[in-house]
Amino acid sequence: MTTAHLVLADGTVFTGRGVGAPGVAVGEVVFNTSMTGYQEIISDPSYAGQIVTMTAPHIGNYGVNEADLQRTTPALAGLVMRAVSRTPSSWRSQGSLPSYLESCDIVAITEVDTRRLTRHIRSHGAMAAALGSDREVGELRLLAERHGSMSGRNLAETVSVAQPGMYPAEGATRAAVVALDLGMKRDILSQLQRRGIEVEVVPAATATADVLQRRPDGVFLSNGPGDPEPVTAAIATVEGLLDRVPVFGICLGHQILGLALGAATYKLPFGHHGGNHPVQRLADGSVSITAQNHGFAVDLWSLSPAEPTAATGELPGRDLLPEQVDTAFGPVVPTHQNLNDGTLEGLACTGIPAFSVQYHPEAAPGPNDATELFDQFAHMIGAGDATA
Amino acid sequence: MPRRDDLETILVIGSGPIVIGQACEFDYSGTQAVKVLRGDGYRVVLVNSNPATIMTDPEFADATYVEPIVPEVVAAIIAKERPDALLPTLGGQTALNTTMRLAAMGVLDEWDVELIGAGLDAIEAAEDRGRFKGIMEGVGIATARSHYVTTLDDAADAAAELGYPVMVRPSYILGGGGTGFATDSAALRPIVANGLDESPIGEVLIEESVYGWKEFELEVMRDAADNAVIVCSIENLDPMGVHTGDSITVAPVMTLSDREYQEMRDEAITCLRAVGVATGGSNVQFAVHPGTGRRIVVEMNPRVSRSSALASKATGFPIAKIAAKLAVGYTLGEIANDITGATPACFEPALDYVVVKTPRFDFSKFPTTSGTLGTAMQSVGEAMAIGRTFPEALQKALRSLESGAWGLTGGAQERRLGELGDEALLEVLARATPERIFVAAEALQRGIAPDMVAHRTGYDPWFVHQLLDVCELRHTIATSDLDEELLRTAKRHGYTDRQIAALAVLDDDAVAEMRRSLGVAKTFKTVDTCAAEFEAQTPYFYGTFEDECEAPVAGDRSVIVLGSGPNRIGQGIEFDYCCVHASFALAAAGYEPVMVNCNPETVSTDYDTSARLYFEPLTVEDVLGVVEAEQPRAVIVQLGGQTPLGLAAALEQAGVPIAGTTPDSIALAEDRERFADLCRRLDVPQPPSGTAGSAADAVHVANAIGYPVLVRPSFVLGGQAMRIVYSADELDAYLAGLLGSGTIDLAAGPLLIDQFLDSATEVDVDAVFDGAELHLGGIMEHVEEAGVHSGDSACVVPPPTLSEGVQARIADLTLRLARGLDVRGLINIQFAVRGEEVFVLEANPRASRTVPFLSKATGVPLAKIATWVMMGASLADLRRDGRLAPSGGSIPGRTAIKEAVLPWKRFQESDRVLGPEMRATGEVMGIAGTVAAAYGKALAAAGHAAPRDGTVFMSLNDRDKVGGVAVARALVEHGFRILATHGTAGHLARNEVPVKHVDKVGDGPYDPVRLIERGDIDLVINTPGNSRTRGDAVLIRRAATRHDIPCVTTLRGASLLVASITEPPHVEVRSLQEHHATLVRSGGS
Repeated sequence: MTTAHLVLADGTVFTGRGVGAPGVAVGEVVFNTSMTGYQEIISDPSYAGQIVTMTAPHIGNYGVNEADLQRTTPALAGLVMRAVSRTPSSWRSQGSLPSYLESCDIVAITEVDTRRLTRHIRSHGAMAAALGSDREVGELRLLAERHGSMSGRNLAETVSVAQPGMYPAEGATRAAVVALDLGMKRDILSQLQRRGIEVEVVPAATATADVLQRRPDGVFLSNGPGDPEPVTAAIATVEGLLDRVPVFGICLGHQILGLALGAATYKLPFGHHGGNHPVQRLADGSVSITAQNHGFAVDLWSLSPAEPTAATGELPGRDLLPEQVDTAFGPVVPTHQNLNDGTLEGLACTGIPAFSVQYHPEAAPGPNDATELFDQFAHMIGAGDATA
Repeated sequence: MPRRDDLETILVIGSGPIVIGQACEFDYSGTQAVKVLRGDGYRVVLVNSNPATIMTDPEFADATYVEPIVPEVVAAIIAKERPDALLPTLGGQTALNTTMRLAAMGVLDEWDVELIGAGLDAIEAAEDRGRFKGIMEGVGIATARSHYVTTLDDAADAAAELGYPVMVRPSYILGGGGTGFATDSAALRPIVANGLDESPIGEVLIEESVYGWKEFELEVMRDAADNAVIVCSIENLDPMGVHTGDSITVAPVMTLSDREYQEMRDEAITCLRAVGVATGGSNVQFAVHPGTGRRIVVEMNPRVSRSSALASKATGFPIAKIAAKLAVGYTLGEIANDITGATPACFEPALDYVVVKTPRFDFSKFPTTSGTLGTAMQSVGEAMAIGRTFPEALQKALRSLESGAWGLTGGAQERRLGELGDEALLEVLARATPERIFVAAEALQRGIAPDMVAHRTGYDPWFVHQLLDVCELRHTIATSDLDEELLRTAKRHGYTDRQIAALAVLDDDAVAEMRRSLGVAKTFKTVDTCAAEFEAQTPYFYGTFEDECEAPVAGDRSVIVLGSGPNRIGQGIEFDYCCVHASFALAAAGYEPVMVNCNPETVSTDYDTSARLYFEPLTVEDVLGVVEAEQPRAVIVQLGGQTPLGLAAALEQAGVPIAGTTPDSIALAEDRERFADLCRRLDVPQPPSGTAGSAADAVHVANAIGYPVLVRPSFVLGGQAMRIVYSADELDAYLAGLLGSGTIDLAAGPLLIDQFLDSATEVDVDAVFDGAELHLGGIMEHVEEAGVHSGDSACVVPPPTLSEGVQARIADLTLRLARGLDVRGLINIQFAVRGEEVFVLEANPRASRTVPFLSKATGVPLAKIATWVMMGASLADLRRDGRLAPSGGSIPGRTAIKEAVLPWKRFQESDRVLGPEMRATGEVMGIAGTVAAAYGKALAAAGHAAPRDGTVFMSLNDRDKVGGVAVARALVEHGFRILATHGTAGHLARNEVPVKHVDKVGDGPYDPVRLIERGDIDLVINTPGNSRTRGDAVLIRRAATRHDIPCVTTLRGASLLVASITEPPHVEVRSLQEHHATLVRSGGS
């Protein structure tokens, strides 16, 4: 293994050893705190354009396998680790992580003080970085500086499918759904299929009329990478769909729904990437431990005439979100809240069938606490009693 | 849901004495719980018989009962205190079992006491294996196939149906006691017989074997609103078949993919819901087939456990504290995570480091045990280490054990294993022993294939490849020039300077110097529950070799307290108690206490005990790392037992300021000859003694002194390898055994030989000296005569038989020695008293095992007083500002007794005779109006309450026959029937004590072993002879151990026991606060 460097746009240098593909990777560096599931993370299209730092030190322990991939081709820009395993061990393993990275042309670095990097991102925010072996630090820094921010880039369309594709329901078909592919993970698809839903996956820029012409029972807005605002075609499509067909969105899909309802979105300092985020369902106070992967969030206050409230008390509280806001599609209420920072984790329209969550009920990787949301959607589109 | 306002008083039951399988983790959890409940405004009543616990310090609970944890006594406390609720889930199996019995007796209903945390039904569902299995099946969770039986024949049928090998598991047993593994029907029968006997309800489970499967544990918390989180996942390096308490374990899980892990997580939470654990922490154990991934639930504990203490330390998530909050109504989302201060406790900790726990064994104390690990726990303590990677954490954990290993490579184990041939090595590789990890390393170093090592050990290949990395690095260090890169790589794999130096053939100092010049410096990282996602408020650090160091910039108020490392026999919770007290005392005096320790069970390694906690091995290099970061005013070495004392000289040499008594004084006291000189100079009488550098020397010295003599190697704690030798022949045998086994190297220190004062009374004293004035903590008179290790002996305060003259003489000698040794802080002295003569046996200028007991018996916090004195205060200062009561003394009208608790039941092949080598794991305290009543309480607390009627079997050695008559007569007067062996029976009969003569062992139907087995004997009094003609006696004592019959092996113990039986059975329960209120206090307020 050769010496490799990760250089941030602010000039901070991290040294380690190169693994995976040769060459240089440039992207926004973020950290993920999941302790298992590196393979799902690497193959999640939502990481397009990002260099992912795994805070768990040992990565690659159980190798890689076909079944856990979220997409056949990883979209992330690069991977940063503390200790990669050369020799994996698992009854399901089909190969080692270093050789998988190499075969997918992903540049990675190991033996890095990933905790220092995480602390740096925590205090200075997610930022551009360049990563490569046998490159001058100065050259990498220049690449990082020139890369700029994630904001304003329409990354979703770069990972979306080019052509529609049909995925049959498991067992009897109870409903048909069109899924707007903004970078959808395979486990979302299988959660829908498992509930007797036939899914047609369509490109991100598919127009409203093209969707409606398929006469779906519901429309699903998938997860995906980056900033939602530039994904204008999808926002326009969703605006046209609302009140005409039930809509359910996850992650980027949730942000697109928010924008279609007229809300604003904003960039979080370093996002939420991990499998341990507590999310409270506001209706009954119950808490789910959720998988999260997003850098942007929906600002419901942007739809409220009232000023945002300042935090009171020791822990972030319900008062950090408005009770209810009015939109062109009727009232919208926050349904879920992140207990760590009080941010919005879910919304629902009370007048029309549309709801969304910021987190990942399909997990992969992460806890399966919230799969009931898929049941809720199935129920909404008339596939209600399907057994999961 | 906020806190419940309908509750006012809450009873917490502790776990009693430290025993194998139930150690100080329950002091840690209980202390947290008591603090939290009190902080929330509840009145807390606590019962725990263990005086060495922090939780029983009178300032923690509102009413603290240092009383036996037996249903009758707890019932009396309930009747007196009228608690609204009982929290049974924080005191281990002892608290759960006691609670179940209280419920069965109707006590909880009678006094309307609500169970909080876990209800009876949940406890029963989890404890009853058959029911548990049914519940798991009902919710679709797989368990091992099994049958539940109550007879030997049914067991054999069940095993035949399942197919051998099978597991045998008795119901309602802590620490896996009585559990076994049978490969055929011949092996099955004795295991089942024992298991049926062990189980309080006479039931065992016969189960398909999952030997060799991967083993995992998840720590789950659930609140009353049904929110559930996994606090920690743990993977065992040792596969199924080795008790988890005896396994090397790793957190978080290393070899499961997310899919597999999440399925396990879902099942763990489902399991808690199905069993019905309303609130609090539980642990769920899983086994996974390494080839197919088939997963079964092994068991669940509906309470805080040893694993939850480990999980709390491993993650920074305080399970017991949160469990206590949940029990009184809070939900997880309402409780703040202390470490971030800004996020809730309702989350799952993310680790960016690896934690390794290694068990500590003391098999050398029980030479007849096989040394093979199995399904019954045998370890006596554990060390935990944190590193950024598994190799680093493993090497740190192994060196933390203080078992001779420098890490995975280097040290005693490597030397020994190096001598084995490949064949022999492969053979031991397949055996689960405490050394297997080193065997694996040796095998890999010799080039044996990793697959072979994985196959033989049952370690997952991933772990074996990690071991291989360490071994390959060893080879590289030994064969190449050290440069910065290699040095850094080695340090990042957990190598110490010493390991590197030995491999590179350099001085330790040379490696340290090279590191300094190359900038390969130790860094400290924070344990923060969230992998750095949020800012941490709580300073809890571990050392590693990275770019960034997170330790705060050193101030000028920090004082380092060195802890006592893993528990072992002779060095246990008592020393942790002293270290915790030092921390509290330092904080009260305006210093910033900094704790360094590596024992995850303890209160000292709780992140809120000290201003800062460094979870690090207690070696010179590791401690110097902390010293460098903290720049302390002083380092306290005299409170943590032998471990920190062993570091004192090297630390001082490195320029570290040592608080209190100097390392030279400590060394002087340990050095027989220097100490003997000092005694002569001070006119302090000692029994005649000498030292010997060779076997021949030893014979000369012993002859000169005259038999009997007490022989032992120098520099050991707990009387290891100490013997009383009555003749030259015995001395020869002892020397041959000691030197032949290679356990002792006379080059490292000579043998110590003292005249043994036969039949003398032994006395312990703990005192604090400030350079001018002495505070005598108390005089403790031992129940057992001199020759029984003080740690195994019961002791009494105030001394019941010592004359005022003797006591004054003891006080005077204590002062002289404290002055002579120039003590600043604590000193412990052991005396032997014969008539009015007082001899000094040894003096140790450090904290002793009796400090906590004495502090509780007198109300004076000796360890705190000592800490303040070490930091420069005088006793006069302390009295002036009210920190020290003007007059000490014990509780008026009361006697306090400390009784030792010994692990005979775990080591049934060992002979339970007390001797100069300490074997106790724990202690209990009894306080009552008379010596006899206090002893009765202590015996009950230790788990062997004397019977009040029935049959006594007596067999006395010749020396004890005369004194035994009175004992026997008292028993008869009290209605006991006496059986005795030939000699004893004859003697008793001649003295007109009615007695029935029984057969010799194996000689007929009245063989005492058979009588014990049939349940015909309720008490055994058997004092061992000196010679080797004691085969029968050993069999009798083992039978008593096996069948849990009280068995006394000294005449003095027997006399006191009989006196306690003849006391009225009335139970007086009185809290420590009530006792202490009667102490005369003047001055101050």
